[in-house]
Amino acid sequence: MPEAVSLATAIKTLLRPGQSVALEGFTHLIPYAAGHEIIRQGLTGLTLIRMTPDLLYDQMIGMGCARKLIFSWGGNPGVGSLHRFRDAIENAWPRPLEIEEHSHAGMACGYEAGASGLPFGVLRGYVGTDLIRQHQRVRRIECPFTGEKLAAVPALRPDVAIVHAQRADRRGNVLFEGIVGVQKECLYAARRSLVTVEKIVDELTPSGRMATIVPASPAMTICEVPFGAVPSYAQGCYPRSNAFYIAWDGISRDRDRFRAWMEAHGIVPECRVEELSR
Amino acid sequence: MKTMPLHGAYSPVEMMTIAASRLLSNDDVCLVGIGAPSVACNLARLTHAPDLRLIYESGTIGTRPEVLPLSIGDPELCETALTTISLPEVFRYWIQGGRISVGFLGGAQIDRFGNLNSTVIGDYEAPRVRLPGAGGAPEIASGCREIYIIMELSERRFVERVDFITSFGYGEGGNHRAELGLDTRGPTTVVTDLCILKPHPVTKELMVRSIHPGVSREEISGRCGWPVRFFDPEQTPAPSTEELRVLRDLHRRTEKAHAEDAV
Repeated sequence: MPEAVSLATAIKTLLRPGQSVALEGFTHLIPYAAGHEIIRQGLTGLTLIRMTPDLLYDQMIGMGCARKLIFSWGGNPGVGSLHRFRDAIENAWPRPLEIEEHSHAGMACGYEAGASGLPFGVLRGYVGTDLIRQHQRVRRIECPFTGEKLAAVPALRPDVAIVHAQRADRRGNVLFEGIVGVQKECLYAARRSLVTVEKIVDELTPSGRMATIVPASPAMTICEVPFGAVPSYAQGCYPRSNAFYIAWDGISRDRDRFRAWMEAHGIVPECRVEELSR
Repeated sequence: MKTMPLHGAYSPVEMMTIAASRLLSNDDVCLVGIGAPSVACNLARLTHAPDLRLIYESGTIGTRPEVLPLSIGDPELCETALTTISLPEVFRYWIQGGRISVGFLGGAQIDRFGNLNSTVIGDYEAPRVRLPGAGGAPEIASGCREIYIIMELSERRFVERVDFITSFGYGEGGNHRAELGLDTRGPTTVVTDLCILKPHPVTKELMVRSIHPGVSREEISGRCGWPVRFFDPEQTPAPSTEELRVLRDLHRRTEKAHAEDAV
């Protein structure tokens, strides 16, 4: 039976500065609490991987955690731009951000390859787009049987995967319900992983609506973090705060207002807070 | 929501949404983009195409939302869906597998050959404006049997050449799609707030095929970034009372739901 650890201990144990980390969750079950803990621990130089770097990665990029971003869509869903992400790319603030850009299909394929232990994934993708012109991580290959031209993408193998789920049992098996995105592939692709859950229970009792169970593994650490996906949502537990997603547009537009908001909510490196209070 | 009536008792955006909704049939399996496409697709489902199968990129299949979602993954979409599948399944089995009849997209920029840009304005390495990027669009544009596009007409959005091809339309025109091995039809209709454009059968240049009521050719030419041509255009039928009623009810329900969320 795995021992219960705190979120702070789990992040401290699993993630080192300069490593690659994927926090996944496709509009649903976004592991905000874990991302905020990464900011608090002052981890920098990270390669952040995520298909949809939305508000959480905007916060992490704006606080200077990232050296590189691997992604396929960087916006505030239904609202507009990610202003911290844009400021990093357009003006190198607070530091330069290297980007490796894909399509969703390409990234999903990269995770599948990683989860399958393959060096690359293959898809009929990126056809005619300028995306394939500007980077070396998508290549054209020929089908050995039909001669069809296809795209190859390298396997995504994050050092650490972090996802959020509704439940885990005391043996460490995890239950996801609702929109499941690419979380399972991400967990299997990573070397080590952290799953934050709303609740640890004796028995997993799926409601039957799109339930996915990932069996316990020694590579997987579980932490109970209620409301760990706020302001995104956990199907069956709490709704998405669309109002916060809309409000973030104003908060994040200005550098000072952004920093003030992060400080007011205690989402800043701990050493910085001490420095400030001195 | 824009409600300013310019041509009679409805707004240009309402005309655009209604004209776009009419393109969909009851038999379509439609991959729905967020924003304007999502409004048009749900309007079609609530009027003439009740069995239309709507799929959002988040994996919700056959979804029947009561109010419009803000994002492609709102809880409403999953709760009202026939089933919800994983992202690899969306892209592999559904889009790449040829199970989608229509991909309904918006975009930041479109050019005269229907190529879409949602990546950068300006140079890729030093962009003037960094846009969100590709998302699912490149493979939706190549894998769905045909593509409908909905965008308000403006010189900034309708340009001679896009700064970056995020989603391939007809490339340089003519047979370019076939030369790249694509056997899907590409962007067959572009609906704007003033008119409907379709590709020329041979050159694939987008040309005006239908003009919304009360709109002049000069207005269209003045708001298009290339010297747009008119190819025997007809007049778009005005919105019916029923179409307007259902559309406005949908917006009203949505605003009410989102206002409750804000409390």
